[in-house]
Amino acid sequence: MSSHGSVADVVPAARVRPARRGLRVRLRSRSAIGIFMCLPLIGLIGGLVVYPFFYSIYLSMLNKRETAFVGLANFHYLLSQDTFWMVLRFSFIFTFLAVLWKAILGFTLALVIHTLPTRGQRIWRGLSLIPWVMPLALSSLGWWWIYEPTHSALNWILVLVGVSPKPWLSDPYWAKFSVILVNIWYGTPFFMITYLAGLKSIPQELFESAAIDGAGPAQRLRFIMLPMLKNIIAITMLFSTIVTLATFDIVRVLTRGGPRQSTHLFGTYAFELGIATGDVPLGAAVSLFMFPILAVSAFFILRGIRESTA
Amino acid sequence: MSRTKRSRRNVTLLVCYGLIALFMIFFLFPPYWMAITSFKTNQEIEGLKGIPFFIQEGATLRHYRDLFAKTDFLIYFQNSVMVTIPVVLLSMVISVLAAYSLSRLGFAGAGVIGTAVFLVYLVPDSLLFIPLFKIVGWLGLLNSKWVLVLVYPAAIVPFCTWLLIGYFASIPKELDEAALVDGANHSQMLLRIFLPVAVPGLIAATIFAFTVSWSGFLIPLAFLFSSDQQVLTTGTVTSLIKGDVYHWGGLMAGALLACLPPVLLYVFLMDYYISGLTAGSTKG
Repeated sequence: MSSHGSVADVVPAARVRPARRGLRVRLRSRSAIGIFMCLPLIGLIGGLVVYPFFYSIYLSMLNKRETAFVGLANFHYLLSQDTFWMVLRFSFIFTFLAVLWKAILGFTLALVIHTLPTRGQRIWRGLSLIPWVMPLALSSLGWWWIYEPTHSALNWILVLVGVSPKPWLSDPYWAKFSVILVNIWYGTPFFMITYLAGLKSIPQELFESAAIDGAGPAQRLRFIMLPMLKNIIAITMLFSTIVTLATFDIVRVLTRGGPRQSTHLFGTYAFELGIATGDVPLGAAVSLFMFPILAVSAFFILRGIRESTA
Repeated sequence: MSRTKRSRRNVTLLVCYGLIALFMIFFLFPPYWMAITSFKTNQEIEGLKGIPFFIQEGATLRHYRDLFAKTDFLIYFQNSVMVTIPVVLLSMVISVLAAYSLSRLGFAGAGVIGTAVFLVYLVPDSLLFIPLFKIVGWLGLLNSKWVLVLVYPAAIVPFCTWLLIGYFASIPKELDEAALVDGANHSQMLLRIFLPVAVPGLIAATIFAFTVSWSGFLIPLAFLFSSDQQVLTTGTVTSLIKGDVYHWGGLMAGALLACLPPVLLYVFLMDYYISGLTAGSTKG
């Protein structure tokens, strides 16, 4: 501890030291308490996120019966399969189209609500969030019924307006369309709410001075809103990229990856291989294909947040 | 000038109301269609006469009565409640402790843990459910609903901690220094100063924890097999569908009832819900 006191200043030391030592002990105990209070969190993350992640890498290098180490053979095998390439391709198409449309529709809706009279905004915002609040597996069940070809709503409307009914979930093209539509339905409210918060944070003076300079709506959008919201738009889209890529509930409930494996995403395909057919290592390998995209998105999100708070 | 301006404003408003009407139809049609189906008789659902968007042959509560009398729906409901209560309590205790520590008791490594918490929050469950399946198997917890009490907090605590750090950080440092000088210890400070001030944050975090736990689907689908262990999401999706004939009325009644708790929570606590959503960024 503090040993640099000499005999000469025993008296003042006796007066000063206890307080100082008290502070130091207190500081040390403070960081001890700090670590102690974080232990449950550290244990939870270590045991249920970090360890499983590394274990998953190890697992993905075993054979089906988990008796032998096979290196990268599982990844080789996956990349040699047409089905896996379909999964890969559809995962990207699904994520790209869904995030793009959620961003466009979410921004439009935020703009619309922002333009409407203030007293009505609360109710519109409140109603818009309903799809986001309903548990996704259950609302997907509702959509499953909507897509039902003979007794349900969608084809009834199509027939009414004179279009031939569609096999929504049994034709690969329409099945892809259907699962993307449900994801857009579910995720647009989230985009709306973050963009609306962003729009509200733009200082009103900017619009007023722009109006004096004769700026029209298009110019306000182009030169004030988009630049001011650049960061929030980017961060929200990156967030959504991660969550959209990881979608499971919608596809599992609506199509189970069918017809003919055409709507599988990484999550549902990993489930099919790892849990349903019992090839745990292969399933783990499929899941891990998500990781690079996740890591890149996370890196840019972190950078974006640091920039906007700095 | 002012007249053209006013008429232009009117046109803008008209366009906006038109667009919002389209959005509302898109957003609210699925729950409406679910609700209307759950009150129709089977004959009416099958018959598809007239305009199917209204009940024409009389509303019935039969699907709801059957749900309670003839299916395991109440067991699923009970399981969901029994899992969600400990999940929420456990997650909140861990998050509050960690958030207090990370925002106030600066120790070596606190910054690293803060960033790690944020990164972990970005990890989706479909990345890690397969290794977790193995780990849960070693622990002998496969096919037990209590496995959810172990696994869900890992998905909840990172976000809640992050949210609460934000609320705790807004409490002025002078306040706790004054309390420390007065001889308060950390538990007194946490209980008497931090928690009362951060009540809105606590409510937002609790709502998040409840919602995640109540709507979880992948983990119970992968880890639970027998009917008596199912929660509402998996029970409704897997067990209420029997045979080749789908009982749409009953299915929609079940799905709608299962949606009710989070939706009601949202209706009554909308502002807290939204403050949690916009507290930086959430999953979307």
